[in-house]
Amino acid sequence: MDIFLQQILNGLVQGSVYALVALGYTMVYGILGLINFAHGEVVMVGAMVALTVSQLLLATGLPPLLVLLIALMVAAAACMVLGYGIERIAYRPLRNAPRLAPLITAIGVSIVLQNLAMIFWGREYHAFPQLLPNGLHTLGGAVINDVQLIIMLVALLMMTGLMLLVHRTRLGRAMRAVAENPSAAMLMGVDINRVISVTFMLGSALAAVAGIMVSANYGIVHYYMGSILGLKAFTAAVLGGIGNLRGAMLGGVLLGLIESLGAGYIGDLSGGFFGSNYQDVFAFFVLIAVLIFRPSGLLGERVAERA
Amino acid sequence: MNLLEIENLKVSYGGIQALKGISFTVAPGELVALIGSNGAGKTTTLKTLAGLLHPAAGKIHYNGISLHNIPAHQRVHNGLALVPEGRGIFARLTVAENLLMGAYTRNDATHIGADLDRMYALFPRLNERRTQLAGTLSGGEQQMVAMARALMCRPKLLMLDEPSMGLAPMMVAKIFETIRNISEQGVSILLVEQNAKLALEVAQRGYVLESGLVTLSNSAEDLLGSDEVRRAYLGA
Repeated sequence: MDIFLQQILNGLVQGSVYALVALGYTMVYGILGLINFAHGEVVMVGAMVALTVSQLLLATGLPPLLVLLIALMVAAAACMVLGYGIERIAYRPLRNAPRLAPLITAIGVSIVLQNLAMIFWGREYHAFPQLLPNGLHTLGGAVINDVQLIIMLVALLMMTGLMLLVHRTRLGRAMRAVAENPSAAMLMGVDINRVISVTFMLGSALAAVAGIMVSANYGIVHYYMGSILGLKAFTAAVLGGIGNLRGAMLGGVLLGLIESLGAGYIGDLSGGFFGSNYQDVFAFFVLIAVLIFRPSGLLGERVAERA
Repeated sequence: MNLLEIENLKVSYGGIQALKGISFTVAPGELVALIGSNGAGKTTTLKTLAGLLHPAAGKIHYNGISLHNIPAHQRVHNGLALVPEGRGIFARLTVAENLLMGAYTRNDATHIGADLDRMYALFPRLNERRTQLAGTLSGGEQQMVAMARALMCRPKLLMLDEPSMGLAPMMVAKIFETIRNISEQGVSILLVEQNAKLALEVAQRGYVLESGLVTLSNSAEDLLGSDEVRRAYLGA
């Protein structure tokens, strides 16, 4: 088995998930200058809703693939409502407040959502049902399963769709205009509040998809799962240059690769002193390094959105 | 009937009363200039009309309706367009995308296309730079983008805030020629300028604003000839 290739594949799969979540952070940051720390929790809610829906539907004997599709749609819809609600209730009243206020509010929303999920779904780990075929494929000495292939494919589709939306449609143009100059956008007849709501809803729908991907990949769902995933996706967004869509995608994939290769080789490199359980450390090393050496990220603000 | 009627408009911000009760009108097809020194309240007036600032008192009637409680983005739907001070172009959008933003309130694709062509004919420079990011353009070209963009919503009343600001004299002449051109096509224009001479030369009527009050109003010709205006604003 080729360990290097295997780690690359694992990294790409994990990176696809990070990229989808990072897009949510970066879209909101681009348009409001706000870091929506509750975004990781939206991923968790997406996973939880999908879990409940699929448990209910599997009991009725529907085919697993159909169950997955319905669960996906229900979770995406639920997260869109949630994202809309978070902005409407928690952030909009603070639109003109000092930047620290919405940031603290975001952390508050995150805690509230975690606790609500804990009350509703309990503290225990839930097994996420296997809804996809789980065939294994060998690829040049590495192994990849169907779920992982589908994760990469779906992530690619979602990202392509988002890029087309942002760069080729009237709504996308309005989003970019609001991100750059809200009052000028208003003078063009753009309803800023509507564009902001739509942005939150789009980001939340991507989060729901990411939540289902993680659940399907690991087979486990937990009320706390959004916390670390959210922080890592935020790191990915910062790595790519927060506010920049391409940056979020690049940062996500890079972070996935760094983590995976790091976890794969840290044991050999440290003579067995560190193990792959140090995987989570890499993300935060990356965050610190970026903040020190290149605070604007790889595709930093200045070159953002060049067509 | 007047297209725009302003009565006793008062606006404060940051505890300072910027407009202390001004009244003026713009008739359909008219080009009206608001002149006055820095801090007289000219920009405040336009921002209030566009809905970016909210009046403390007074009435704004536009095209037969009261603009009270109509949000800024809705006013554009009614054909009220502002080219803001400093232009407010979208630097990271292309020239063509900027113009399309101007047509945001419209959904008649074929007419939008025709209007785009008209804008490129009116500003041939922009035609050459369609796919360029607007932020890479010169100041004069950016002013052209801002004006063309505002025209893309097919305004009934076009408000221009300091279109000459920061531009080279040749570019200023070109911009004012275009303003005259737009006016001749029947668009009503409310022009705010520090360069009083230029503004009064293209306008039919003018109002002089001083510390938040209208101190003089007359035909542009008479204002150009009046000693007061000459002394205060024309440096003669």
